[in-house]
Amino acid sequence: MFSYTTKRLFSLIPVLLGMTLVVFFIIRAIPGNPAQVILGQRATKEAIEALTEQLGLNKAWYIQYFNYLKDLAHLDLGTSLRTKAEISQEIFPYLAATFELTFVAMFIAIVVGVNAGIISAWFSKSWFDYVAMLLALVGISLPIFWLGLMEQWTFSIQLGWLPTTGRENVRNPVEAITNLYLLDTLLRGRMDQFIDVVKHIILPSFALATIPMAILARMTRSTVLEVMNADYIRTARAKGLKMFVVVYKHALKNAFIPILTVIGLQIGLLLGGAILTETIFGWPGVGRYLYDAIAYRDYPVIQSGVLIIAFFFVMINLIVDLLYGFIDPRIKYTE
Amino acid sequence: MKKGLFLFLTFLLALSSLLAGCGDDSNKSNSGGDSKSGGTLVFARGGDSTSLDPITSTEGETFRVTDNIFENLLEYGETDTTIQPSLAESWDVSSDGLVYTFKLLKGVKFHDGTEFNADAVVYNFDRWMNGDVDKFPYYTMFGDFKGKEGAVIKEVKAVDANTVQFTLTRSQAPAHPVGTGPFQFVEWKESDKIVLKKFKDYHVKGEPKLDGVIFRVIPDNSARLNALKGGEVDVIDGLNPSDESKVSGDSSLQIIKRPSMNVGYLGFNVETKPFDNKLVRQALNMAIDKNALIKAFYAGQAIPAKNAMPPSIEGYNDAVVDYKYDLTAAKAKLAEAGFPNGFTIDLWAMPVARPYMPEAQKVAEVIQANFKEIGVTVTVKTEEWATYLDDAAKGNLSMFMLGWTGDNGDADNFLYTLLDKDSIGGNNYSRYSNDALHDILIKAQTESDPAKRNDLYKQAQVIIHDDAPWVPLVHSTPLMAAGENVKGYVAHPTGSESFKGVSLK
Repeated sequence: MFSYTTKRLFSLIPVLLGMTLVVFFIIRAIPGNPAQVILGQRATKEAIEALTEQLGLNKAWYIQYFNYLKDLAHLDLGTSLRTKAEISQEIFPYLAATFELTFVAMFIAIVVGVNAGIISAWFSKSWFDYVAMLLALVGISLPIFWLGLMEQWTFSIQLGWLPTTGRENVRNPVEAITNLYLLDTLLRGRMDQFIDVVKHIILPSFALATIPMAILARMTRSTVLEVMNADYIRTARAKGLKMFVVVYKHALKNAFIPILTVIGLQIGLLLGGAILTETIFGWPGVGRYLYDAIAYRDYPVIQSGVLIIAFFFVMINLIVDLLYGFIDPRIKYTE
Repeated sequence: MKKGLFLFLTFLLALSSLLAGCGDDSNKSNSGGDSKSGGTLVFARGGDSTSLDPITSTEGETFRVTDNIFENLLEYGETDTTIQPSLAESWDVSSDGLVYTFKLLKGVKFHDGTEFNADAVVYNFDRWMNGDVDKFPYYTMFGDFKGKEGAVIKEVKAVDANTVQFTLTRSQAPAHPVGTGPFQFVEWKESDKIVLKKFKDYHVKGEPKLDGVIFRVIPDNSARLNALKGGEVDVIDGLNPSDESKVSGDSSLQIIKRPSMNVGYLGFNVETKPFDNKLVRQALNMAIDKNALIKAFYAGQAIPAKNAMPPSIEGYNDAVVDYKYDLTAAKAKLAEAGFPNGFTIDLWAMPVARPYMPEAQKVAEVIQANFKEIGVTVTVKTEEWATYLDDAAKGNLSMFMLGWTGDNGDADNFLYTLLDKDSIGGNNYSRYSNDALHDILIKAQTESDPAKRNDLYKQAQVIIHDDAPWVPLVHSTPLMAAGENVKGYVAHPTGSESFKGVSLK
């Protein structure tokens, strides 16, 4: 188990290295010069040339790439071309905002989605099953920007229950500690702000949760349904176990591996920043941070930002792989 | 010399009185507490600032914030681009137009408590002039840096504590921005918010009325309007024209119209076929129904354009008669040009909403339908915005939609910037070059008699009209919306304004 983990961790290095290479070339292949974008439409040719040189963008690509790798080896993620700030520091609040949103959205998606799937399988072909699966289909197909605007219209404008956009009440701003505002407001003992932050996160997290929720519901239903026909389930029922225990203990546990895989992939995806949700809800997350960086051709931010996201993605998949062993002891991690 | 004078005064406007200083963190925003006075206004916009040091930027979203932190020796009139006193209470110009003497306001303090005086002005101009392209690579306004050929300012000196003298040769970043303006900087979180609070020692008594201003970024136009309706923000920028009725029909909201100083156009790259043929360009000028576009996509908040600059700018030639929308004539013209059966071409439409063109894709589809009627088959294309501008500047787009919002209300800033041969590779995306036009535009830059200067620009517009490097489409009135309790908000044609006179009722 330990050696498996170490091996997997080492295998991350070529993956991430390959990642840097791909990102490095893709962003340089897209037209557009960072100097031009930073200086704006009104800049002169001379100014653009001078800035290009100052940013080191006129050097050969391999020199640029090796300089970048050298910095990475020193754990230096570089500085933003646009803001001149250290990326490792600058990206932090945006990552935190995305983490918080992802966490809440996945919590909702798992609680609702998995349970809906289980109940649908339990009472398959019942009206609940049909309605839940229809809703899941709708959930997968709904354009998120439309859903977001409809949520705002319903819950903010018509009902006046929840705020439309942002993470906090800007007139009563949160003083950040970890940048996870749900946590920060509690640490500071500001219940008024905690409630504000909860109110702000509800709409975007529901919008963000719809797709994973729908996928999980459908996935859970089909895997649980499959397991329900297995012999050991029949045995469990035959020995008179309560249906609830049969379903939630025996069936779910055996059906959980594919569900866990989907959860891992979805968390990985959401951590990359949900650009549409973040745009509609004015959520200052890592998706918009990177999107802005692409618009500004801020090469170091794009490179390092994508690298960080890729890192989290592979780490979460590693954790998921390790969790398989806890769920199913038959799975052994061998060489 | 008028251009010299005008541009010079404009530069002074652009250049703010900055002092590097440390923001004090002692009085962190306590906006939750005392709400006895003006309240904090929340302004929502689509994009963030690129910098808060106005000396290093040429971009509008930056000035929108810095205009509240910094002040200039001079400022624009409240709703126009006339030059008004600000930190300079009066000024004299020598008869040769080379020496400018400014009398400064007394008793003005910077946010960190330092006295504003002539030395501070000299320091700031020296900071810029002694800079180089590495430090302030963005600046071309003063001609060039000190000592270089082309530098406009020869010397800036303090005559006494309250007098500064500028001598001309021919007719920028602190961690926390500290200025003399009505509001002082508190916090900036990129792509999210910028927080400013009232400067208590502001030199104009009774101003500002607000306790603070918060600039929030909400990228989506509809979501921004929702935030206004939900009462989370007080003023929003970039209201979709099609949403105007939603705001005007709501008694708790008001519309704020920004005076128009822009042009949206369809450009032809005149170096590519078939647009190297003037007759083709003229034919296409006859084939677009501008009034229909305005009705459909601007909710009437625009006027059809016939010139490359808006009528609000001095020197506008109203005598130019626009090509009449006439498909038969257009078809005949196209036949005369040698294309009786039309041709096939790509039409590039912007991927983003701009004040002069909120819905470029849809406008492109209407143009596509218009052109179809005269046999010109168009494929509408688009690409990501930075790439779009880059391709346009390189001349890779042969027919494209674009536009321009004026920086300073001067004709030069439209005609020379957008259509002179000097600007090819820059903002002359049509790569249009006409020597006669060039001579006129250069002459106008140094003409000191306003009437003669206006005449020159009028001639220029006749030439441009005849050569037709563009189809000028519209001059739009950008719309903003605000809560009904917002008082005294006057939108400025340049796109940014100070909030010192604004209050919340």
